[in-house]
Amino acid sequence: MPEPLTAPLVVEFPFTRSLGPVQSAFLTGLRERTVLGVRTGDGRVLVPPVEYDPVTAEELRDLVEVGTTGTVTTWAWNPSPRPQQPLATPFAWVLVRLDGADTALLHVLDAPGPEAVRTGMRVRVRWAGRRTGAVTDIACFEPAADAAAAGETVATAHTGAFAEPVTGITVPARLEYTYAPGRAQSRYLAALAGHRTVGERCPSCRKVYVPPRGACPTCGVATDEQVEVGPRGTVTTFCIVNIKAKGVDIEVPYVYAHIALDGAGLALHGRIGGIPYDQVRMGLRVEPVWTGDGRYPDHYRPTGEPDADYDAYKELL
Amino acid sequence: MTTATSPQARREVAIVAFAQTRHVRDSATLSEVEMLMPVLHEVLGQVGLTAGEIGFTCSGSCDYLAGRAFSFTMALDGVGAWPPISESHVETDGAWALYEAWVKLLTGEADTALVYSYGKSSPGRLRDVLTRQLDPYYLAPLWPDSVALAALQAQALIDAGDTDETALAAVAGRSRTAAGGNPYAQESGDRPQGAYVVRPLRRGDCPPVGDGAAAVVLAAGDTARRLCERPAWIRGMDHRIEAHALGVRDLTDSPSARLAAERAGAFDAPVDTAELHAPFTSQEVVLRKALGLGDDVTVNPSGGPLAANPVMAAGLIRLGEAAARIHRGESRRALAHATSGPCLQQNLVAVLEGEDR
Repeated sequence: MPEPLTAPLVVEFPFTRSLGPVQSAFLTGLRERTVLGVRTGDGRVLVPPVEYDPVTAEELRDLVEVGTTGTVTTWAWNPSPRPQQPLATPFAWVLVRLDGADTALLHVLDAPGPEAVRTGMRVRVRWAGRRTGAVTDIACFEPAADAAAAGETVATAHTGAFAEPVTGITVPARLEYTYAPGRAQSRYLAALAGHRTVGERCPSCRKVYVPPRGACPTCGVATDEQVEVGPRGTVTTFCIVNIKAKGVDIEVPYVYAHIALDGAGLALHGRIGGIPYDQVRMGLRVEPVWTGDGRYPDHYRPTGEPDADYDAYKELL
Repeated sequence: MTTATSPQARREVAIVAFAQTRHVRDSATLSEVEMLMPVLHEVLGQVGLTAGEIGFTCSGSCDYLAGRAFSFTMALDGVGAWPPISESHVETDGAWALYEAWVKLLTGEADTALVYSYGKSSPGRLRDVLTRQLDPYYLAPLWPDSVALAALQAQALIDAGDTDETALAAVAGRSRTAAGGNPYAQESGDRPQGAYVVRPLRRGDCPPVGDGAAAVVLAAGDTARRLCERPAWIRGMDHRIEAHALGVRDLTDSPSARLAAERAGAFDAPVDTAELHAPFTSQEVVLRKALGLGDDVTVNPSGGPLAANPVMAAGLIRLGEAAARIHRGESRRALAHATSGPCLQQNLVAVLEGEDR
């Protein structure tokens, strides 16, 4: 069989999220160099704040301001930062209990090496130069040997009101993958690049799948036998596309159709060209057209044969 | 939930078959369904059933591993989902799919269930991919990876005097030595602990990154007895979750695992075997403490996730390995545990028993 194919696959999405009253106040506060927490019914101060008590599920709205210095409650030294992490040089991940808070915030600590970090050490916020209302407005923490000891700062009431509050965040996420379509689809794509269409037959129900995915979804067994189908086929159904897709250079309206290649057990889909859009019909006989060095047919065009009888393709609609 | 009905009144359900792939670093030559299908055939073959004879099918996987939406629908091709079957999917480890199937059988809506899960970590960079499951407001923007979060927990344990690097290395060594008897394991035998990945965790404290799949068959009552010589009866199962903010939790303990175990009946009688889904050595320390496991309990005789950790299948494999040990007569009463999320955020515990006949 040909080499299994792989291709880069990038998934990127700007997740846009709204903030409730507590998260809005917290993130706006960071923009204004103010760290807010929320007080629970039993008097504990949660930083970062949440809208509901994690123990009692009671609604929490009692905002308080805490210090910008704190104590490391645990840490881990990261010798090789990954691309999207806050610091490009080796750093420590830290949980920091800010002065006046009872819970810890996860962030990073800029320190020269692991020997400079210990649980219980005093640290302070280093603010980002450009702040937008996000947890990354804290650029990182830094050692604060000279700062006042824990216990001297107490949480003080805060309205949570700021001018121009941040009500939402946009968090871009980008992940890079190497997509591998597997044995069956690699074979299919390799054949297609050679202008041949190869399906796979189910050993049990004898249906020929195009494109093959390696399994018969009816029988739940591997499709094993390679079967060359087409190149000609029959339009089984179609639709007329009237909206131009972004980045696709095809004049509208055009026809997108289900095409049952001769010998295939189900229809695949493709664009119909070489005929006015309003003359495409069920039963139209078509053949693939490759353009340039394309690895798959650009479109299908009429062969000029008489239309296929409905009975010949009715099972493949 | 398990205390709501007395065990006598409840329908008996057992794991009657288990199969898994040989777990590998990279299975790029196979699609998910191509990787999964032999496991489905093997597990059904063990009980002589076809997919069409199964009453309920439930699967576990994760779109973020594949980088594609609804990726599990492609894997369904391997089951034979036409004519329409009764089917469900959980977007997490297959252990939770097994829980759903167990409930389905308890209700009497089905007599048999096929549960499978799979994960291919090879297409992406797992440490980065897993950051996307975190709280999107306070954590995800910092991209704290799975090893970093586990390392914070490990340091907390060291600070508390619960373990040290030597003890963690011993967990790694014991696990991978045990995996020498497991032909499906990805890493086995004597291995150096290696350099720090994120201190205090070294390479040996971390699970291998790999691809794999697993499947089990559940059956109720006499159907189970007919399909299996020595069924692994599920005496109880429960799952619980911690507060999601890491800074709220005591990372040296796992109250959710303890509560799940209690509700599953794990403390009603001693267990002889425990299959723990502890991908990091330090997490075994937490779980042993939370579950009260003594040195007389055989922990992870399969090698556990430190020997093979196909994400989304590794928890289901713990239930399968524990059941298989009962099937073989090597265990009478076993605890199986699965986890999901950072630092043992979510925990599922099942108690399995063999019947002396």
